[in-house]
Amino acid sequence: MEKFVYIALFAPLVSSLFAGLFAMSKPAKFVGVIASMLLASAFIASSLLAYHVATVGAVHVTLMDWISVANLSIPFGFIVDKISVTMMVVVTLVSTIVHIYSIGYMDHDKSFNRFFSYLSAFVFSMLVLVMSDNFAGLFIGWEGVGVCSWLLIGFWYHKPDLTREQNPSISPSWAANEAFIMNRIADLGMLVGIMILFWVTGSLQYDVVFAALPSIAASVNGSYILVAAAIALFIGAMGKSAQFPLHTWLTDAMEGPTPVSALIHAATMVTAGVFLVIRANPLYSMEAVEGVSFFIAALGTFVAFFAASMALVNRDLKRIIAFSTLSQLGYMFAAAGLGAYWIALFHLAAHAFFKALLFLGGGNVMHAMHDELDIFKMGGLRKKMKWTHIYMFVSSLSLAGIPLFAGFFSKDAIIETAFNEGTIVLWAILVLTAGMTAFYSFRQVFLTFWGDERYKEHGIHPHEMYKFVLIAMSPLAILAVIAGFFQTQFQAFVTSISTLPFGSLPNYEMSEHTHHLVWILTAVVLTVAISGIALAWFKYGKKLIRSEKTENSFIYKLLANQYYIPQLYEAIITKPYAELSQVMWQKVDMKVVDATVDFIARVVYKSGDKSRAMQTGNLSHYLNWMGLGAVLLMVATVIFSIIYNING
Amino acid sequence: MIGLNHYLVLSGLLFAIGLVGVLRRKNLLMLFFATEIILNAANVAFAAISHYYNDLSGQMFAFFIIAVAASEVAIGLGLLILLYKKHGTLNLDDLASMKG
Amino acid sequence: MFELIAFYTISVLTIGLFLVTVLSKNVLYAMTALAAGMSLISGYFFMLGADFLGVVQLIVYVGAVMALYAFGMMFFDVTRDIKEKNTNGAVVFIIAGSVAVMLTMIFSMPLGINSIMTLVQPEVNATNPEAVGLVLFTKYLVPFEVAAVMLLVAMIGGIILAGKKMDDSLTSTEDDKIIDTEGL
Repeated sequence: MEKFVYIALFAPLVSSLFAGLFAMSKPAKFVGVIASMLLASAFIASSLLAYHVATVGAVHVTLMDWISVANLSIPFGFIVDKISVTMMVVVTLVSTIVHIYSIGYMDHDKSFNRFFSYLSAFVFSMLVLVMSDNFAGLFIGWEGVGVCSWLLIGFWYHKPDLTREQNPSISPSWAANEAFIMNRIADLGMLVGIMILFWVTGSLQYDVVFAALPSIAASVNGSYILVAAAIALFIGAMGKSAQFPLHTWLTDAMEGPTPVSALIHAATMVTAGVFLVIRANPLYSMEAVEGVSFFIAALGTFVAFFAASMALVNRDLKRIIAFSTLSQLGYMFAAAGLGAYWIALFHLAAHAFFKALLFLGGGNVMHAMHDELDIFKMGGLRKKMKWTHIYMFVSSLSLAGIPLFAGFFSKDAIIETAFNEGTIVLWAILVLTAGMTAFYSFRQVFLTFWGDERYKEHGIHPHEMYKFVLIAMSPLAILAVIAGFFQTQFQAFVTSISTLPFGSLPNYEMSEHTHHLVWILTAVVLTVAISGIALAWFKYGKKLIRSEKTENSFIYKLLANQYYIPQLYEAIITKPYAELSQVMWQKVDMKVVDATVDFIARVVYKSGDKSRAMQTGNLSHYLNWMGLGAVLLMVATVIFSIIYNING
Repeated sequence: MIGLNHYLVLSGLLFAIGLVGVLRRKNLLMLFFATEIILNAANVAFAAISHYYNDLSGQMFAFFIIAVAASEVAIGLGLLILLYKKHGTLNLDDLASMKG
Repeated sequence: MFELIAFYTISVLTIGLFLVTVLSKNVLYAMTALAAGMSLISGYFFMLGADFLGVVQLIVYVGAVMALYAFGMMFFDVTRDIKEKNTNGAVVFIIAGSVAVMLTMIFSMPLGINSIMTLVQPEVNATNPEAVGLVLFTKYLVPFEVAAVMLLVAMIGGIILAGKKMDDSLTSTEDDKIIDTEGL
């Protein structure tokens, strides 16, 4: 089975290097085709591994010793257990489809080959992240996906900077830097968490660390240390999964090409934070860190609501989907924080399918509308783009949690969990958010595909995407529909005993009481969701009617401007920092550092200028100088030998 | 009895005399003479050390110094003659053409 | 005793003769004093038991080098005194004096004396020329050959440098003409 591990892991790397060879040459279709084939082989290997894990047991390989110093030993080890294999299958499946999709989507881009190189490199990093058997490898993958995300958000780096009014994310390179820097802040937290764990356990291997946790909790001050580690690790998760207050980068990351948004900023990378919490479930489910776990759940619930509220009024197609990603990540954290790790992982997988589909559909619309993203300028596109409409409709139904679709099973389970844990406030907020989710996703569908054909005023002639792209998207569509049916099998798979320690997730079952109420709870959620859809239909189904009064109201403006948080960050962090930098530049750098360097230069220059007079051209003068030099050398000899003699 | 230090001090004195010539004179020919004195001073020191340490290396070095001195004179005089043909003088003050 | 007298006599004479060389205004005086001083230097070598070196000193310095200078001087005008603006006496005195003082200090210091050891011991029953020959043609053979090549090069170089335009008189003709031909 080892060879499948290596195929799954290294096929994307090979693909990246292969595409990288052609990075500077003309766009060539075969680069994309070969990259997609390699990714598909990684997917097949992952699926075989999943089967192996389910039937035989987990696989643990050690490639080589990486760092081995004193009592620190970090191998390049990879573990394929029930948690990581789930992630591997999801990641490789979505990325294979995104690769194929990109062949069609990026075909007019002059950096076609470079794009595939980055995209495959991302998949490799993501696989390192999920497959590593220690925190160091996880961190490498973590940083690797960060770099690839930076490269891909800023893929169109040549676009100029605009003002916030023209483009809320200013420019691709600005958005890329924002994402990178925000993640750097969070990564520091994660690094601290890893250090704390290493400090108290003396190892970075998951199994060693997790096995040592109970004894640490029992020691003096042990619970405080664990709380500190849990908080620090979660800060890292917050950055990568764009949780409040580090959330602003995710919507700005939509500056990247749409396949990137689908793969990185919806399906895989942003879920790494959730994955971290799930992976570290032995830590987060300890009694000592109960407070942290509850905070995670509360923050997740808050973000779910917070992001959904911003999506209600946004007019940018991709940003709406980005906000909904944010919101769904909040759901996942809520589940993980409440201890329902397998439900979080299930929602993660289901979300990856329907959200990637939604994004890719959005990409089709963008392609058709010549990069126009304002949904107020669309409408009635379903006549021109039949299949895209179906895909987006299906994925929106799934997102809204309509029965029979994947989202219903996974999201409903999370809402039920909130009820089951007795956290009624969280439950209420999550239910309300479900309604908002239904509203904004169908607002977007109706504004894009139904109603009057507003695009005609703008002289755009939309056209359907290439057929092979639509076919490539179909697996996602099927999964967005049927994935939910496998809920019980999935639960059995990830929660059953693994052959390796900590290779599976703790089971989570609803209590008897909740079980009795399950139909009522479902009905409540469903009612809220359907009323959200209905509201969207009445408001936008036929025709876009804009009301000046609503658009000028305080709440609308607040939401449309993302609660003014980007502006707030700019005012309290970016601007003062820029001013501080200015001061440091003019006062410290120019007056101290540069002045010192200039002084040295001036000394050399001046002394050269003055000693130029020595060059009289008269040999006799030179000989005199030489004599003086000889005297000095002799004096030095005498002095050193005196010192030598004194010292013995 | 005459010891090594006698010879070494004598060689130092001769070296200093040679150095006086090198520093003082402006005529190239005189500079050559002063250089010969310096080389001889070194030879005396070598021979003395060779004798008092019963080691032939010093004499060997003296031989090679004499060989170098002979070559130096041959080439140096040739150059002096060329210089004199060209400028009609051997005075360094008049030959200062490389002013920086 | 004899050695003592000889050493001091020769020392006074060499120092005096070399001072004449360095200070004299007349080239001929200077050269004569130099030749005399060099012959006396060979006296030290004989006293130190370096017979062969003494002989070489006489042949090479007093014989060859001095003859070269004498021939070389035929190209220059040596009858009149050299007119030159000597370097400031104070500078010369300070530099040369401090060199002398420093050298004396260095020689009188016990630095590393113990660590000096004999590398090339002369043959026990050989005379000095025999011992020198044995060492020179075994241990120092390569430097010896290189020195031979160097002397050959110097000889050819000397001939070429000085031998050009031997026909032109340097003292009686106007310098301008020669400069012109050189220039062209």
